[in-house]
Amino acid sequence: MAQLALFGLTSPVLTVSDLTRRIRELLDTDYRLQDVWVSGEVSNVSRPASGHLYFTLKDAQASLRCVMWRPDAARLLAPPRDGQAVEAHGRVSVYETGGQYQLYADTLRPAGEGILYQEFLLLKARLEAEGLFEAERKRELPAWPARIGLVTSPSGAALRDVLHVLRRRFPLAEVTLAPTPVQGDEAPAGIIAALQSLNRHLRPDVILLVRGGGSIEDLAAFNDEAVARAIAASRAPVVSGVGHETDFTIADFVADRRAPTPSAAAEIITPDLAELTAGVQALAARLVEAFGQRLQMLRWGLDEQRLKLRLASPRAQVASARQRLDDLRARAEVSITSGLRLQRSTVAGLTQTLRAVGPAAVLARGYAVVSLGPSGPVVRSRQQAKPGSALEVRVADGVFPARAE
Amino acid sequence: MAKRPAKAPAQLPYEQALQELEAVVHQLETGDQPLEEALALFERGQLLAAHCSQLLEKAELKLKTLVADGSGGVDLNDLDEET
Repeated sequence: MAQLALFGLTSPVLTVSDLTRRIRELLDTDYRLQDVWVSGEVSNVSRPASGHLYFTLKDAQASLRCVMWRPDAARLLAPPRDGQAVEAHGRVSVYETGGQYQLYADTLRPAGEGILYQEFLLLKARLEAEGLFEAERKRELPAWPARIGLVTSPSGAALRDVLHVLRRRFPLAEVTLAPTPVQGDEAPAGIIAALQSLNRHLRPDVILLVRGGGSIEDLAAFNDEAVARAIAASRAPVVSGVGHETDFTIADFVADRRAPTPSAAAEIITPDLAELTAGVQALAARLVEAFGQRLQMLRWGLDEQRLKLRLASPRAQVASARQRLDDLRARAEVSITSGLRLQRSTVAGLTQTLRAVGPAAVLARGYAVVSLGPSGPVVRSRQQAKPGSALEVRVADGVFPARAE
Repeated sequence: MAKRPAKAPAQLPYEQALQELEAVVHQLETGDQPLEEALALFERGQLLAAHCSQLLEKAELKLKTLVADGSGGVDLNDLDEET
């Protein structure tokens, strides 16, 4: 029935939360809204004690509430000002309690920087493809930068900083400044002219191209293509020192060395005065030491020579012959003595053996020696002992007569 | 050993003086020169070392600036630093 249809009984009745959640889901799942850059004019900036940043971005037709949480807000170089044209990056979602869709911003930049950054990326890619950033292209810095070229603004802090470091570390150098604006429309041409002029008229050992930090617009000259090519074409190696600790400009990529700041650039190219002084002192010490050694060796050498002379003279020869004789004699004595000793001990040994097997020992064992009378031969056989023959018997302790039966 | 006319140490620029000093020290450390030569080397070495030390001590950064001379060339002026 028409009336029933009019009351929409087929649509469910949603709670506020349900509806809000549904809207939120819609936004959260639209990937285009989860990583978006929005440009607009800032208004209603508020930064309560929580540290979070609240503001509105608007243009002629619409406005958008934004919030940036404290950690991200703290990283901003400067808080946004009312009326400022900016680009904010973040994701869109719904603040359910307040029934508000808003941009949760994580980053903010002045408007127009986005375009500059795009151009930077494109140029970087192109030059890189050409090989301008290749490591092999980069030249060695001179160990002894006697002549240093400086390309920078004559009125900036960078100049002051560089000179301060050079004075401290390497006052032996000759520094030549080729002054040029480092930002603005005249900067690119000025930098190129400075580089060329230094190379043509001065032939420096190294060139420093430096400036203080700044926004991407301020640094535009250092992202300029013609400047990059001039750096690449420089006869002297170029060290870049743009005061931007973390970001790189095109000039940084093309340069032979990149330093994070102008002061660092000055340090990189120079030896340290204190080290040089210590080095000279060390050499001087070695000099004294070496000469001392030389003297010592010469003295020994003299003694050696004297010795050699003495040994070669006739007197020396006779003396040495005499000595040889004494030597031999002594050796002879030794061998004779030791020879006798050997013999003596041999004799003693033999004697011992003899005693052990000699007659006395035999007699002691009970044997007797029978002979035909006191002076007769020893009886060895029965035939010798004829009956009635007179015999002499010797035993261990003496002799006695006997007659054979 | 190649003999070349020795320049007075006081006239040598730092880098050359240092190089020669290193060479002299090396010779004394590794050679077997007779007394006169060793003595001569030592004396020259002393002069070189003194010269280097002096240069380091007295060195003052030389500053110049390139200025266009109006007709395509450049002048080299003393640098006027703004403090």
